[in-house]
Amino acid sequence: MLKLNALSLLSTLVWLPIGGGLLTLLIGDSRAQVARWFALLVSIATLLLCVPLYQGFDHSTAVFQFIERMPWIRQLHAEYYLGVDGISLPLIVLTAFMTVPVLIAAWTVIEKRPAQYFAAFLILEGLMIGVFCAMDSLLFYFFWEAMLIPMFLIIGIWGGPRRVYATLKFFLYTFLGSVLMLVALIYLYLKAGEYSIAGFQSLPLTLVEQRWIFLAFLVAFAVKVPMWPVHTWLPDAHVEAPTGGSVILAAIMLKMGGYGLLRFSLPMTPDASRELDWLVIALSLIAVVYIGFVALAQTDMKKLIAYSSIAHMGFVTLGAFLAFDIMANTGSTSGAVNGLDGAMVQMISHGLISGALFLCIGVMYDRLHSREISAYGGVINVMPKFAAFMVFFGLANSGLPGTSGFVGEFLVILASFKANFWYAFLAATTLILGAAYTLWLVKRVIFGPVANDQVAKMSDLNGREFLVLGVLAAAVLLIGIWPAPLVQTMEASVRHLLEQITVSKIPVG
Amino acid sequence: MINPALNESTLTLASLAPAITEIALATGICAVLMFDVFAGRTWRYLTHGLTLVVLAICAWLTLSVGAVATRTVLFDGLYVADKLGVFLKLAALMATALCLFYSQHYLDRRRIHGGEYDILAMTALLGISVLISANNLLTVYLGVELLSLSLYALVAFDRDSGIAAEAAIKYFVLGAIASGALLYGMSMLYGLTGTLSLDKLALVSASHGAGFVIAVAFIVVAVAFKFGAVPFHMWVPDVYHGAPSSVALLIATAPKLASFALVMRLLVYGLGADPVLWVQMLTALAVLSLLLGNILAIAQTNIRRMLAYSAIANVGFILLGFVTADTAGYRAALSYTLVYVLTTLGSFGVLLLAARSDGEADELDDFKGLGTRDPLLALLMLGLMLSTAGVPPLVGFWAKLWIIQALLHTHHLGLAILAVLVSVIGAYYYLRVIWYMYFDAGREQTPIPRQAGTRLALGLNTLAVLALGLLPNVLLSLCERLIGAP
Repeated sequence: MLKLNALSLLSTLVWLPIGGGLLTLLIGDSRAQVARWFALLVSIATLLLCVPLYQGFDHSTAVFQFIERMPWIRQLHAEYYLGVDGISLPLIVLTAFMTVPVLIAAWTVIEKRPAQYFAAFLILEGLMIGVFCAMDSLLFYFFWEAMLIPMFLIIGIWGGPRRVYATLKFFLYTFLGSVLMLVALIYLYLKAGEYSIAGFQSLPLTLVEQRWIFLAFLVAFAVKVPMWPVHTWLPDAHVEAPTGGSVILAAIMLKMGGYGLLRFSLPMTPDASRELDWLVIALSLIAVVYIGFVALAQTDMKKLIAYSSIAHMGFVTLGAFLAFDIMANTGSTSGAVNGLDGAMVQMISHGLISGALFLCIGVMYDRLHSREISAYGGVINVMPKFAAFMVFFGLANSGLPGTSGFVGEFLVILASFKANFWYAFLAATTLILGAAYTLWLVKRVIFGPVANDQVAKMSDLNGREFLVLGVLAAAVLLIGIWPAPLVQTMEASVRHLLEQITVSKIPVG
Repeated sequence: MINPALNESTLTLASLAPAITEIALATGICAVLMFDVFAGRTWRYLTHGLTLVVLAICAWLTLSVGAVATRTVLFDGLYVADKLGVFLKLAALMATALCLFYSQHYLDRRRIHGGEYDILAMTALLGISVLISANNLLTVYLGVELLSLSLYALVAFDRDSGIAAEAAIKYFVLGAIASGALLYGMSMLYGLTGTLSLDKLALVSASHGAGFVIAVAFIVVAVAFKFGAVPFHMWVPDVYHGAPSSVALLIATAPKLASFALVMRLLVYGLGADPVLWVQMLTALAVLSLLLGNILAIAQTNIRRMLAYSAIANVGFILLGFVTADTAGYRAALSYTLVYVLTTLGSFGVLLLAARSDGEADELDDFKGLGTRDPLLALLMLGLMLSTAGVPPLVGFWAKLWIIQALLHTHHLGLAILAVLVSVIGAYYYLRVIWYMYFDAGREQTPIPRQAGTRLALGLNTLAVLALGLLPNVLLSLCERLIGAP
């Protein structure tokens, strides 16, 4: 019995939220309160399922665990094949964790079609978990694309005034990126005769093939991360999306790009990655520095955090692609491990912090219905509890030691020193730029005298909001002070990934 | 002249069994026609139900009596029955029955329902069946004409509508030219090879010089016209827009199966000895259809015109399957055609249900706010549009995937990339329907009729689109069984 449970744990994690979402849809807007509670319970149940997942996970090995494997499309040798390793496990937990505050935060705020809103997020959750645990690339693509549908509707139905433009841009941008990946996947399938990711990873490919496949993957993942210069959909989507949409977009969806680079690009095309790593590093550094300056110039709070997300995700791509230079310089993999560890920690940390910041902005927006920085000022005088959280998350976003934001950035900067001094120099500017735009935002919004009458009427956090922000703050602190469990979880898988990328896949002869 | 090998079976009643679909359908048409003539006003409303019964009996007979295990040739080689044919006929029967079922209330509300409507639909279906089973150039022509003439009349069915009459004339004139091209190509083939039989044409090897190429070109033109591929697509938007929606539905679905059969029988089988002859022509047609169909669809504000251009673009995809000149490609083309027909049935069904009593509801604006006005209908349309756009988990995604896979398998990388890129363009206008339904508030407040039966059928139709998307192996193994390895 126990074995049976363990076998279908991942499937439950994927299909419980999707099934719950469909049921929520059936409950309907006429029984909104029932729908809300039901959706919340489903999301909590999903989160609780992560406990046995984490406990049953063996940290010492890079082998995929909780494997579920059965034929899906026999003719294509595509399988319903799920599994987790140290790279996907933290992201799955993050997905389940972030959905709960998103639902709670929407409790009274979303008045238009509430049941559909809650259902959309549950379905989205299941699909996102599916992306992270799919071991078959066709199944991966299936979830990856299906995910666009609920997000498209979330931004389009519950978004701001320019929601149609934003959501179409989001959908078409991502779709365009993904279809080229599909061509690459089919190409790999025709060579390998199966769709399994592991099979693709061990498939020998010439350098020319690798280059094209690498570029096709890069387009798909770079759009999702997003990397400069294909990032322009993100500020639009973030600004127009409802709070929950922004949170999930920043916290989880962007991570899929990073995850794709680690799971597809690096191990499937290691030689092309080595050859073209300069490209990714250059784009990452542009994101860190240039987008940092762009963030500084924003007058819209959500847009500012959106640009900050692009800059922070630059660290993820930087950390992932530093490995080749480090190994060439030092001849060992220990420095490269730091870079990949940093990339992973940064993904989790950014998920928590950016999610929390969007929730903070949501709290203010619910009261004043403005996202303009200039509409606020002196919020601390009327909302002291809220101000404490906002300051805390602001500091975490600028990488204050003791918060999770510090760990990831520090590891990546440390690794970049071993690769090239100038990489480190440019990457380190984020410590200044990130602090500048975040703290300047906090200063203008939170501190100073009360700006106007409307701000004076703002009420402090209610219990629901306090709970949501409190839990997130605790998580940010926990990873900041004690990152060991997170790092240990991914240790073996990261080392295995490094082994994969050091071995050339070019066929001999 | 006549090959003794093909003539060995003498004509007995039992040997007619493989042709039972056409025999039953022709008998049914006569019966319904007689009933409609003598029923008078009081009983005429039964014609429609009787038609559905006839179609059901035909389907049952096709399955029980007409099913063949191997390729069987009848009537001195004029007629062929095989698994593919039996299945395509069943699909055409079901599609037509569903069309008529969806159309009933629409026709009643627009007060253009008459017994002729059902009868013309059945004669069109008979044409489709003949075409599917054609094994001789003359049978092909017979099927094409029977189908086309029925459709011309149907387009003009709303005889008080100027726009319908215009569409019918346009369709008729252009269709007549295409038929002329078909006949001309056929006569040239006959002159060059001395045979009309597809079996014998299939044995004629390549290298016939310019005359043969020209003959094939004329035939491809006719095929492209029937499919509605660029540059022979001019009739498509006008007919989809001008004809009553229910007729547009009929034209958009079952005849596509016939067009698929036409290519399979005429080009792939009959002229299959040297595919290079038609592959290049089909490539050009496919590329033009994909580009022009998708780009022009963006500019449309009328959903029926949009679906017309979408049909052109989808035909481009189907043709891409043939361009591979490979079994996998033909299978992909078949699955794409089936998926397209299934999805189009649903989306036009929604359009029919939403139509007002004083006219159509086919402007994009009419769909504004449908998400709140009629959540169920909007949800169905959402699924159907996403499927046509090729987004998983809906079956449209797999249809596109198999085409692309077949293209890559035969080293058509450029065409594969073109196909995925135009899909992105296509996604825009399908998403626009969703945007109007869900993101915009509507001013139209007229409630949409309940019609529980139609809704149930539409729901099942859309559910099939989703279920096949989750378990696509069903569709794939079906296509594998129907189109065997060469």
